[in-house]
Amino acid sequence: MKLGFFLREAVRAVRRSAAPSFAALATVLVTMLVLGVFIPIVQATDGAADTVRGRVEVDVYMQTSAGAADEVRVRRELLAVPHVHSVQFVSKQQAYAQQSKADPQAYELLGANPLPDTFHVIPDNPANVLAVRNALTPSGHTIDPAVQSVSDRRDDTRKILEVTNLVTITAAALTVLLTIASILLIANTIRLSLYSRRREVEVMKLVGASDWFIRWPFVIEGVVVGAAGALLAIAVLGVTKVALLDPLANNWTLIAAPRTIPFTALIVVLLVAGVAVSALGSGLSLRRFLRV
Amino acid sequence: MIEFRGVSKLYAGDVGLDQATFTVRRGEFVFLVGATGSGKSTLMRLLIKELEPTDGTIRVAGHDLQEITRRRVPYFRRNIGVVFQDFKLLPSRTVYDNVAYALQVTGGSRKEIRAKVPDILRLTGLSTKLHNLPHQLSGGEQQRVSIARAFVNHPPLLLADEPTGNLDPETSIDIMRLLYRINRTGTTVMVATHDQTMVDKMRRRVLELSRGRVVRDEAAGRYARDESTRDLARRLRAPSAPPPGVQ
Repeated sequence: MKLGFFLREAVRAVRRSAAPSFAALATVLVTMLVLGVFIPIVQATDGAADTVRGRVEVDVYMQTSAGAADEVRVRRELLAVPHVHSVQFVSKQQAYAQQSKADPQAYELLGANPLPDTFHVIPDNPANVLAVRNALTPSGHTIDPAVQSVSDRRDDTRKILEVTNLVTITAAALTVLLTIASILLIANTIRLSLYSRRREVEVMKLVGASDWFIRWPFVIEGVVVGAAGALLAIAVLGVTKVALLDPLANNWTLIAAPRTIPFTALIVVLLVAGVAVSALGSGLSLRRFLRV
Repeated sequence: MIEFRGVSKLYAGDVGLDQATFTVRRGEFVFLVGATGSGKSTLMRLLIKELEPTDGTIRVAGHDLQEITRRRVPYFRRNIGVVFQDFKLLPSRTVYDNVAYALQVTGGSRKEIRAKVPDILRLTGLSTKLHNLPHQLSGGEQQRVSIARAFVNHPPLLLADEPTGNLDPETSIDIMRLLYRINRTGTTVMVATHDQTMVDKMRRRVLELSRGRVVRDEAAGRYARDESTRDLARRLRAPSAPPPGVQ
């Protein structure tokens, strides 16, 4: 009975102040869309950085001109370095076969094989990666003229982390700004609603309605607007996922990003965020403009 | 029912009420008269604890108002019905809904509402106007709705601030008659008014305020207690009031 009364009053209010309610709803919608797009993106880039970081090995790339004699010599030199546990040789042909299987279209375009012979050097202990790398590149040069470059994936990791950070910071800033906008617009909606219903509020006080009985309809009004915005955002994201992302992910492994949030969890996060934002906005206005 | 002891209310530099002391017993009908700004409204607003007195103590229905916490104020107000000159009806709701609203927002059940609202509307003579909106009613009818809303909970105390201020004399008599009918159910009624002839004709207790002071309190004994509402109405319609004390 009570809940029914509150809901009826809230819906009545939303309908009466359609324009500000719509503005607030649209802002919540955009905020939730941004949140819903960036959460998986941040996670995907983070995940990519993690997988790269997880491979503790040093890659030694040979000059493209290097021959079989060079390979034997370099292997011996590598095994002589302290802390080296094992060395695994991948020839150009093997590398090409591997990579072109993973991404046939790209390698068809390339035509010739751009990949060099590579040694994967595994240290005896992950903590010794840096020591091994330094030993392989004394004073800035490589240990053998046949070796073109040495990389311990740290560089790749750093690049990916830079991108991740940029994405995270952008997403965070955008989310914060939009959240503030949402809260203020919800607060404005509730303020207008309070104004248009000042008579009701007056009468309620007069006949002895308790403070929370007066407040609830306004809180619910805000939450209804916020939840509607969040639900619309979820619908848009859901349609985008089913119509666009899923078919793409089936064709390209790159987009089927590792370890992103499951869609149901994302729905819950967005709904909770939408409701929290709107409750906050309502509360803000009630505190300032409703003296009960 | 009401006890004011040395109650003062000062607004910034202005006197609202000055050392007011009086008592109203349960079941009395009291007029509150005085010029604009004499403190009638201040007194009413103190009674529903919308204002706090600067000095003195107020007791209403056994409660010392000072001891009622802010959180308890709404529950205290359910003991008091309030009627205003401007009715304060909700324009987008029907007569029935306006009255039901008072029960809804104080947590009345659907069953209670269905039982009480038609009852009170019958008492106030609005049974045929249930589904009208306030703007479709005359001033007198609107005031009846507002009285119905104030009395639907059967509070022991009913306050009316200029209830006939916007109404013509004939309609005013109807409203006074209704207030008297409510008074006869045992409810204490306090009416603030400018309508001197009405006050003279009704011959009830009169408290007069001037610049915040109680300057006149013509107390009980001056009127016949058990007058029927019909007799009262007949007397009010009479061309001029008989001298006080003569029945």
